[in-house]
Amino acid sequence: MDFLAFLVTQCLNALSQAALLFFLGCGLTLIFGIMRIVNFAHGAFFMLGAYVGWSAVYVTGSFWGALVAAPILVGGFGAAFEMGILRRLYGRDGHSFLMVTFGLTLMMGEAIRLIWGVAALQVVMPQSLSGIVFILDEPFPIYRLFLAGAGIVVAVVIWQFLERTRLGLLIRATSQNAEMVHALGTDVRLVRSAVFGIGCGLAGIGGVFAAPMVTASLGMAPNAVIDTFVIVIIGGMGSFLGSMIGALLVAFVQVFGSYYFPDFALAFMYLIMLTILVVRPGGLLGKEA
Amino acid sequence: MLTIEGLNTHYGASHVLQGVDLVVPPGGICALLGRNGVGKSTTLRSVMGLVTPTSGKVLLNGVDIAGWQPHRIARAGVAYVPEGRLIFPDLSVIENIKVAERTPAKQWPLPRLLDLFPSLRERARNRGSNLSGGEQQMLAIARALASDPKVLLLDEPSQGLAPLVVRELARVIQILRDSGVTILLVEQNMKLAEAVASTLHIMVKGRMVYGASPDRFRAEEAEIRARYLTV
Ligand SMILES: Nc1ncnc2c1ncn2[C@@H]1O[C@H](COP(=O)(O)OP(=O)(O)O)[C@@H](O)[C@H]1O
Ligand SMILES: [Mg+2]
Repeated sequence: MDFLAFLVTQCLNALSQAALLFFLGCGLTLIFGIMRIVNFAHGAFFMLGAYVGWSAVYVTGSFWGALVAAPILVGGFGAAFEMGILRRLYGRDGHSFLMVTFGLTLMMGEAIRLIWGVAALQVVMPQSLSGIVFILDEPFPIYRLFLAGAGIVVAVVIWQFLERTRLGLLIRATSQNAEMVHALGTDVRLVRSAVFGIGCGLAGIGGVFAAPMVTASLGMAPNAVIDTFVIVIIGGMGSFLGSMIGALLVAFVQVFGSYYFPDFALAFMYLIMLTILVVRPGGLLGKEA
Repeated sequence: MLTIEGLNTHYGASHVLQGVDLVVPPGGICALLGRNGVGKSTTLRSVMGLVTPTSGKVLLNGVDIAGWQPHRIARAGVAYVPEGRLIFPDLSVIENIKVAERTPAKQWPLPRLLDLFPSLRERARNRGSNLSGGEQQMLAIARALASDPKVLLLDEPSQGLAPLVVRELARVIQILRDSGVTILLVEQNMKLAEAVASTLHIMVKGRMVYGASPDRFRAEEAEIRARYLTV
């Protein structure tokens, strides 16, 4: 096999994997940046996105409909959870958030089991994305190409949203000094709810994107949450750019690692995380040590 | 304009403000003096809603704003320049101001702010953390003005600034006074306070113990200083 073709397709593979990880990590890191809490339920929101996506495809008959509906519904549920429950806990120590979001994970898992059943659900990808293209004579799934592109588009959209919109400015300011934003006339409670909703919505859209490849299943949450924590820790908690770099790093290690050292790929990922934490305890772009 | 009546504030069990009374007339500059730890910052934070007073009134044009959320107090016309400036370190100068500018400012639009603070114009694209202490202070004031406030709360603006910068600060405060901004100024720098204030007030252990015009204060300064201010 042509080495160049191998390299290019594996890189594209890693890029599509990074896109999925980025949908998760970006939301988690935004939420941490604003609220200084670790949303343990982030994987559950990812899973919910896949199931809601399955239902949306069922109802609307369109994968594109699912891509619109899932982030709105999952994000709305996240924002409602923040307003109803989390908001009462600000000012307490981190343990209460860990307990509450862990509890939410269990409850969401049970609720999904009751609503959608225990069997994994196959989300059918649209006809236009289900084929194969040849890249340098190597076959490559169109869907993975689409995923890589979607990741790049979403990353650019979020970046521009943070840099150019008023809400983006308020989000950045709140992550630096929430009390001061409040004193300057913005209800920071709304900023927090919005960020929690956006973060959960991103996890939800990630779930829809992942579903055609892995099916919607109850095992999605734990797998996703571990990878997500790794990339956010590597990139630096609260850093948007860090979550992007972390996602790329982890995806490339996973893809190339599992090719060259299939037995050590997982260990390799943790080794990298440990090395980075030893050199930079706050992560690559993190502030806090 | 701003009237504080019998204000009490606690931090947990410690009773920090013990019935503070203060009247800041429209267009006036009230300087609030006192040793460290007597409750000057707590007075400003209570007015701003950053700590919730346990009892008493804070009247803004006759409306009791005590216990309101900070963003509502800001929207009612109170702006706050905190001790230590607390500008957003990773936002540019312009972005720092934009955070406070909820609607396009009428009285203090961006061009006017940059005229008032020429040093900020040169640094407009710089990050807050790259500014000098004096520039950060000017930015904290510009940011507060961007909301077109009726009342400005200034907490020790001269802290840590070089004499030349303190003089610049006095010039700015005088321009604000001439533009009709009502100011409650907490200051340790006696010369600055005397130069700009319309009345001077002294706080001891959470209570107001003295209030006078600058002229009267100057006449009895030695005695007052010894009694209330020197450590
Ligand atoms: N967040 C806080 N928690 C508990 N005590 C505080 C807090 N902030 C200030 N204090 C106490 O309240 C008193 C008044 O503080 P402060 O208003 O900052 O004084 P000043 O500004 O006059 O120096 C001090 O004794 C200080 O130790
Ligand atoms: Mg103070």
